[in-house]
Amino acid sequence: MNELPHARISAAIEAANQARRVGLVPFITAGYPQKDRFIDTLDALSAVAEVIEIGVPFSDPMADGVTIQRSSHAAIEAGVSLHWIIDQLTAARRAGKTFAPLILMSYLNPLFIYGFRQLAQDAADAGVCGFIVPDLPLEEGAEFRDALAHAGLGQVQLITPTTTDERMAELCQASKGFVYAVTVTGITGGGTVIPPEVTGYLDRVSAVAEIPVCAGFGIREAAQVESIGRHADGVIVGSALVEHLEAGHDPAAFLQGLRPA
Amino acid sequence: MQIELTDKQADELLGQLVAGELPDARGRFGPFGGCYAPETLMPALARLAAGVDEHLHAPAFQAELGAELQDWVGRPTALTHARGLSQRWGADVWLKREDLAHTGAHKINNALGQALLARRLGAGRVIAETGAGQHGVATAAACARAGMPCIVYMGAVDVERQRPNVDRMLQLGAEVAPVTSGDATLRAAIDEAFRDWVADPEGSYYLLGSAVGPHPYPYLVRELQAVIGREARAQMQELAGGPADAAFACVGGGSNAIGLFHPLLGDRDTQLIGVEAGGCGAGLGENSATLVTGTPGILHGSLSLLLQDVNGQVQETHSVSAGLDYAGVGPEHALLKTIGRVTYESATDADALAALRECCEAEGILPALETAHAFADARRWAHDNPGKRILIGLSGRGDKDMPTLSKLMHAGEAPGRAA
Repeated sequence: MNELPHARISAAIEAANQARRVGLVPFITAGYPQKDRFIDTLDALSAVAEVIEIGVPFSDPMADGVTIQRSSHAAIEAGVSLHWIIDQLTAARRAGKTFAPLILMSYLNPLFIYGFRQLAQDAADAGVCGFIVPDLPLEEGAEFRDALAHAGLGQVQLITPTTTDERMAELCQASKGFVYAVTVTGITGGGTVIPPEVTGYLDRVSAVAEIPVCAGFGIREAAQVESIGRHADGVIVGSALVEHLEAGHDPAAFLQGLRPA
Repeated sequence: MQIELTDKQADELLGQLVAGELPDARGRFGPFGGCYAPETLMPALARLAAGVDEHLHAPAFQAELGAELQDWVGRPTALTHARGLSQRWGADVWLKREDLAHTGAHKINNALGQALLARRLGAGRVIAETGAGQHGVATAAACARAGMPCIVYMGAVDVERQRPNVDRMLQLGAEVAPVTSGDATLRAAIDEAFRDWVADPEGSYYLLGSAVGPHPYPYLVRELQAVIGREARAQMQELAGGPADAAFACVGGGSNAIGLFHPLLGDRDTQLIGVEAGGCGAGLGENSATLVTGTPGILHGSLSLLLQDVNGQVQETHSVSAGLDYAGVGPEHALLKTIGRVTYESATDADALAALRECCEAEGILPALETAHAFADARRWAHDNPGKRILIGLSGRGDKDMPTLSKLMHAGEAPGRAA
């Protein structure tokens, strides 16, 4: 049990694959739609999910669609911050709770203001395994990656259909936990149709990556999960899940419904 | 947190700026700048950077740009001796007249240059954002001239307060997309324009309107706006008899100011003063004085100074002028502040309105509300430093501000008559 936190992410997805299941990676905006349900929601999702992605709200979520923009602004209004998230997770851990491996998804500025070294330590203490930072490209990320590495955490790198082969190799090499393959060029929550060239693209990423590949952006139906699951090790479900939470539905039931029968 | 430099580091960085060595290959202006963009845009930004390197200073592009600047924009713009203000202020005041450029502001220098670049790079459509609407109008005009379709994102609040510019953009054939997300001003418009580009990075060209954003934009925009400072420097020598003791420009994102200041950075005897929007107060959310009160942070692709709270959330801003109403600022300004080469001040809404009125009365020129902030601080400085030669970047004309000014007139604050 001495494995590094970021290795827990890979191990969880690999275990699902060995059981012939696609890894499910739900995304929620922390403390949304109800701040006091944050830990309960993580609990419920942990029963179904391999890994959970927790969105840190930011005032200018420029790579996100309307759903995540809405949830981010509402969470900020409700007083959700990176410090609050870390405090909640730390308290839950001290109370003996365990969750599926957790990843924080945040734009760079809140991390920068927190301080990279301090954040890596506090996040590790809170049971966080890794980070996704959509506006931190490989070229600018050395300092953050170093800080994470000291605490055994990793940064999940994103690959998009516009990424060149050369760049893809570098990104796969640098990525920890899994490789996040964006399946629709563009912002999250854009539509339900999976372009036919996507499967070829996912196969291309999988051929290069030595850790699991998870596909994300715009996934909302079991049929999509099934077809993408043939070409990726896991799928990320974001906007659709947030919409279900907004409607007051049970997030775990929705997630379970996405698993191919 | 603050970023501090030793005097030696500051001197070295100023030397590099003057020598044209910044930004460096990584898009850095010392500790500021960089390229903090989503992975989707990285290939497009790399292509743009390569295109800028290949074309921007190439003779063919410079010839095309130079001819258009002269025949279509109307450059060089005049340097006007402000006789009335000189007398009132006890100074020798000169105005660099970007208000006389085609479409009425400095924005056209950048919009034209980038539209020509977009065409050379083979883009099928142009995306732009706008605050006051001046960049939107300039982009609409430049794209019409270059034969390219364009869409302009504009905050719904700005659409309301800059209606004449919206109609001008439509007349010029642009599509205008009001943005209701976020604060519904320039910041939200930039977010939305980026989203559009993220969705179509290969077919689109993002024509960014200020010296902000990920590398290479702060560099590209500065290079295209530096024509202001180059012309002004030569004109001061020729018409005013020597360099200015102090030069003033308003700063929102900072493109007109960097255009005026950059060519003057090596003239150590010229004080450079950037003037931000002090809005209606010093509290967070009451102004847009990023350089005066901001702290280091990352927004819209670069590390610069930012108005933000303790959690790194970007704060809403206020200014009577839409063009200065922005929580960020270009990274070169952040460096110039940190090394002390440029002093940054702020002027309140009321100061700016009074200065606008004075310029109308004394010079027969209606400046933009943005520009009026520079006049307000120049007046203050002239009072403290009598008998000096002053250069003011008159970045744009105030016709677009008539809805705002009309409202104030009818509310009893008649700009036509001094109290």
